[in-house]
Amino acid sequence: MTPKLRNWLGYLGWHLLCIPVAVTCAFPLVWMISSSLKTQQTVFSDYSVIPSHPQFINYATAWTKGKFGIYFVNSLVYTAVIVVGVVAFAALAAYAFSRFTFKGSNFLYKLLLSTMLIPIPGAFVALYILVDHMGLIDQGTNQWLPRLGYILPQINAGLPFGIFLLKPFFDKIPKELEESAKVDGAGTLGVFWHIMLPLARPALGVVALLTSLAAWNEFLWALLVFSRHELMPLQRGLYAFHGAHLTDYPLLMAGMVISILPIVIVYLLMQRTFVQGITAGALKG
Amino acid sequence: MASGEKTSYKPYLFLAPALLLFAVFGIVPFYLLLKTSLLNWDGISLHPQFIGLGNYWEVIAQDSGFWKSFVQAGYVTLLALTVQNALALLLAIAVNRELPGKMIYRTIFFLPPILSEIVVGLIWVWIYDGNFGILNAILSSIGLGDLARAWLADPRTALTAVSVVHMWKGFGWGFVIFLAGLQTIPEELYEAARVDGADAWFRFWHITLPLLAPVLILVSILTILGTMQIFAIIIVTTQGGPAGHTEVPVWQIFSSMLGSRRFGYACAQGIVFGMILLTVSLIQMRLQKKAA
Repeated sequence: MTPKLRNWLGYLGWHLLCIPVAVTCAFPLVWMISSSLKTQQTVFSDYSVIPSHPQFINYATAWTKGKFGIYFVNSLVYTAVIVVGVVAFAALAAYAFSRFTFKGSNFLYKLLLSTMLIPIPGAFVALYILVDHMGLIDQGTNQWLPRLGYILPQINAGLPFGIFLLKPFFDKIPKELEESAKVDGAGTLGVFWHIMLPLARPALGVVALLTSLAAWNEFLWALLVFSRHELMPLQRGLYAFHGAHLTDYPLLMAGMVISILPIVIVYLLMQRTFVQGITAGALKG
Repeated sequence: MASGEKTSYKPYLFLAPALLLFAVFGIVPFYLLLKTSLLNWDGISLHPQFIGLGNYWEVIAQDSGFWKSFVQAGYVTLLALTVQNALALLLAIAVNRELPGKMIYRTIFFLPPILSEIVVGLIWVWIYDGNFGILNAILSSIGLGDLARAWLADPRTALTAVSVVHMWKGFGWGFVIFLAGLQTIPEELYEAARVDGADAWFRFWHITLPLLAPVLILVSILTILGTMQIFAIIIVTTQGGPAGHTEVPVWQIFSSMLGSRRFGYACAQGIVFGMILLTVSLIQMRLQKKAA
């Protein structure tokens, strides 16, 4: 065998492994989009990938009658608030851990990080009891309390990872930069805001991205907190829609496409940051 | 600078928001979890009954349903540890080479992990459907129509069918971590082995695997912790059915809480299950230290 042929056969072997897996990964998504454009009558009989009469109206129906418009806006707001909360509070805390020596510093840092390592599978029961006591479960008429009850625990849940990722990053920023700024009269907060945060932008981006993925896909807590459709985020809304219209597949699929579109777009644009965050989170731990 | 601000109140101001949230939504629930686990309580009554370790005794000694669910989650975990992780490693090795199209593969393999369990669950509910399912349609089109069934409703296939969904969604995580691990292995080692005449198989066993051992253990820990706590996929696809064949521990906790409204018992189940998971991950971390 010539080396070239050997090489080519080697490629072929690996492609024979990769192609079926790639097709298996992509097919359900393609099928989802394709089915979202069919009608209730054709969706179970028409197996074409590109339907001959695409029903774009399904998206409008899902958005209004299927309430996916409401769910979408809710998800957007919850995710945005959670991301801002996690990034801001984690950056402040990580800065404190990185730049100050204070009583309890080591203990607090380890305590926060231990929550990432110790599995507490029943935590949602206790959290529910607490949030119920605080009046933040969706039971009355107030809409802001349950929204808060949904958001706050998720900010807390995202903090350890954020701190864990940001502190080493702050550690690497040379102290001379801050000192010269202080000589120029900047206060601690000014140094943090004008020097540390801009320099930490890549790490902040990773935290923001992974937090938004987790918040966008969150389901269990939404299941426990919300009972009114007006307050539900997308994942909870999809579950409710499926329960109410068991086999209205075109609309369900349209709702699912609506729900995955933002993350898929963000993923395709920022794949590198995603992967960087996951591997940093995993390999450092 | 650091030493000069030793007694300053400033660090506490920076920490205040994080610590406040952590105290309220981290520490307090932890305390409530321990406290509630000692109670017989429906979640509403103002006079819960203190029963000491009664809930724990019931979980450990009398709740065969809970342990059955534990074994079932163990089955999914075993599949994930072997099939899913072997596939993830193999694909990472494939993409780590000079392979045309590898960037496309990388992008596609990580698509399922970014989808939510709900979306993934609902797609597969349809794929597996007995009447309208694509899987049955594919099977009959290639002459295997005899195998067609309602995959999630058949006790013989339900748990494996759920495992496939879980692995489909999960292998991309292992893939990405393995790939990062592989990229830390210096190419010179392979070059040297090649010069010495070692074949691909030998290089895999004597270079790749040993150097990847810490990463393998890490991915195993993540797989075990993640898979044993499988829940959202179950709630969307089978709700524990048929006849309890896909019940898993977190499902048990969830239905103790909202089904039979035994909040104290749900907490005790959670703590017992958490202790087991913690033990497993501590053992593995020790292994990892040895391997590193």
